[in-house]
Amino acid sequence: MAKHLTPGRIVLYAALVLMAIYYLLPLYVMLSTSVKTLDDIRGGNLIALPQSITFDAWSKAWSSACTGVECGGMKGFFWNSVKMAVPSVLISTLIGAVNGYVVSMWRFRGSDVLFTLLLVGCFIPFQVVLLPMARLLGELGMANTTSGLVLVHVIYGLAFTTLFFRNFFVTIPDELVKAARIDGAGFWTIFFRILLPISGPIFMVCVIWQFTQIWNDFLFGVVFAAGESQPITVALNNLVNTSTGVKEYNVDMAAAIIAALPTLFVYMVAGRYFVRGLTAGAVKG
Amino acid sequence: MSSSQSQASLSALADRWLPKLVLSPTLLISLVFVYGFIAWTGWLSLTESRLLPQMDFAGLIQYQALFENDRWWTAVANLGIFGGLFIGCTLAVGLFLAVLLDQKIRAEGTLRTIYLYPMALSFIVTGTAWKWMLNPDMGLQKVINDWGFPNFTFDWLVDPDKAIYTVVIAGVWQSSGFVMALFLAGLRGIDDSIIKAAQVDGASLPVIYWRIIIPSLRPVFFSVLLILSHIAIKSFDLVMALTGGGPGTASDVPAIFMYQFAFTRGQLGLGAASAMMMLMTIVAVLVPLMYMETRSAKRG
Repeated sequence: MAKHLTPGRIVLYAALVLMAIYYLLPLYVMLSTSVKTLDDIRGGNLIALPQSITFDAWSKAWSSACTGVECGGMKGFFWNSVKMAVPSVLISTLIGAVNGYVVSMWRFRGSDVLFTLLLVGCFIPFQVVLLPMARLLGELGMANTTSGLVLVHVIYGLAFTTLFFRNFFVTIPDELVKAARIDGAGFWTIFFRILLPISGPIFMVCVIWQFTQIWNDFLFGVVFAAGESQPITVALNNLVNTSTGVKEYNVDMAAAIIAALPTLFVYMVAGRYFVRGLTAGAVKG
Repeated sequence: MSSSQSQASLSALADRWLPKLVLSPTLLISLVFVYGFIAWTGWLSLTESRLLPQMDFAGLIQYQALFENDRWWTAVANLGIFGGLFIGCTLAVGLFLAVLLDQKIRAEGTLRTIYLYPMALSFIVTGTAWKWMLNPDMGLQKVINDWGFPNFTFDWLVDPDKAIYTVVIAGVWQSSGFVMALFLAGLRGIDDSIIKAAQVDGASLPVIYWRIIIPSLRPVFFSVLLILSHIAIKSFDLVMALTGGGPGTASDVPAIFMYQFAFTRGQLGLGAASAMMMLMTIVAVLVPLMYMETRSAKRG
């Protein structure tokens, strides 16, 4: 495979590198702006390197920046998002695993229809459920709470998690399960002893997908959890669009990176599964 | 012997009803929280509800009010502009990148990681970053000015006629890597021998791509269109973070219209009617696409 650098190849690589710069530019601008001083930002320009590096904006973004009336930085909202995302991801993934197992390996009359009905939940615009959900959460006393958000994310995540596991389990040969049933293994035995041990990859895909979706969600957060329990995406939007006082772009950028770090980290360490989740969720959906 | 037999029949019985039992909570949830809630919103859109929901049937007055509302039509027009350009550009950039990456590139993994990372970000983060880059005083405009073009202006963010295009710029940046990944997966699934045969026949590489490879990606095209139109119709966060629907209401989209009327202006009925319109748009766009996708998948 000796592809030498012909002029065509050089143009090809140049195009690829240019595109890479295009994708990286906003990240670079966010990072460099976040370590600049305000004077440096006003005096220099967007893509100039910082004259000196300071982490003042980062500590302000984390612990004392104002989001609306409150001035406690992103800290509290970051933990809100953690408290929201971790239980919602775990619960929706576990339920999805069992559901996917049923609709792929234990099909009964009508189960295909029921699965299709369930899938509709992947496609509806959530605007169409916001009003009744807000009312229900209010009546349950869960309006503006993190547990209310967990409930919402679990409910509307189930269609996706079921789909992921169903698409994974249908690729497993029927013989495996049939043989186990002849040996007397029941519903749960087959699930726990035979399927779970080989389901590691799909758990990764599903957990990563759900975590990215839920951490990055804005719509449910802004509608169901105003004030103290708002997730970090809502807090970031409030911080950036608060119009009082001097606009501190370095603090905005530091806060944006803080909000992006968990999902970026997941992408960096498990990008393989991330891509697989995107394509699986997409192509089959 | 008989006890083990009755045990066996017991477990066979359990195996018959367990699957249904296990699936039923999710089905119940879906019935209430998806179908029930859609019905509730649909009914609400047929009432006079304003600040508080009230359930007396009032016909189509909310839809009438919606269709007489200029702001709604601004939002619809913006969705058309944004949707068309966003889908077109994302598709073009994604396909272009996938074809380039398919040329046995060194460091393909690294490049792919770079192209795809925006997909891991929240639209709010993307919006924040691009809002800063497109800042008319201190953003990209100033960079170009400093490079020796002092008269260059790039103030789309605050220009009512251009604001919606900034949403396209940021949206394409965020989603094109994802489309690239989908197309690349499709390209890798194509049988090499077809390409080799065409090469033997003397076809040039661009012709091979244009005539043979890209047409064979039909199912991928449908998936991509499905996903992108879904993203476009639901788009809310990106617009909120980037322009907030402004200047004024110049870059409103239906999702923002719905949010504002339902939750900040206390016009529940009108908000519900706009939500129902969004649902109908999704159905009208997705159902034909899904139908074509399954058909082309079957044939292909």
